[in-house]
Amino acid sequence: MKKEEIIALLPYEKPFLFVDGIDSISEDGISGHYTFKDDEFFYKGHFKGNPITPGVILTECMAQIGLVCLGIYLLKDELSETQKPQIALTANQMDFYLPVLPGEKVNVQSEKTVFRFNKLKCNVKMVNKDGELVARGTISGMLKV
Amino acid sequence: MNNDELITKLKTIIAPYIQDEEAFKNLSEDTDFVKDLKINSANLVDIILDIEDEFDIRLENDDMEKMLDVKSAMAIVTSKLNK
Repeated sequence: MKKEEIIALLPYEKPFLFVDGIDSISEDGISGHYTFKDDEFFYKGHFKGNPITPGVILTECMAQIGLVCLGIYLLKDELSETQKPQIALTANQMDFYLPVLPGEKVNVQSEKTVFRFNKLKCNVKMVNKDGELVARGTISGMLKV
Repeated sequence: MNNDELITKLKTIIAPYIQDEEAFKNLSEDTDFVKDLKINSANLVDIILDIEDEFDIRLENDDMEKMLDVKSAMAIVTSKLNK
């Protein structure tokens, strides 16, 4: 399965798609990236006059790349143009280390720890362009074709 | 292992995932994981994985589908242990 095909199967679109590209992918994990645009919708209110990417959005970006893109790859044999995956986030635990400002590019790396009975659980981390740790945690979801 | 021992072990495994304390307190063989204990689908998978570790057995998709209440979990574990 091509990396572009995975992104095309994602059930998100602007302004809530937080995947620009996938750098590597295998049965065991994935690495991908996203650049937060200067005019993302949430910067208007978070914070007043001081735009910083909300933690929930960083978590969302990590889930879209680390869990959903990887999940689509793992289900690739069962998916098609008409057969899209159903996805539900079921748990996440996240620690944050550095803020992400408008215009910053982040890289997300995820390692599969469990994929059984439709449940995918991953250790996920996000780093900034200097390779510094931005956030780290675990994300779980249920995936169904 | 007798039924009481089995149910005690299962109770320990289930405890971290339950949402309804009252139903858990009154747990019996008829207690339903989703309807009574309000366990979500992902945590149901966690329970299955924990059962595998605790009893050193391997569960398959059929087992997962059947494992809806305490009674069926006990039956499945017992049948795997006797294999």
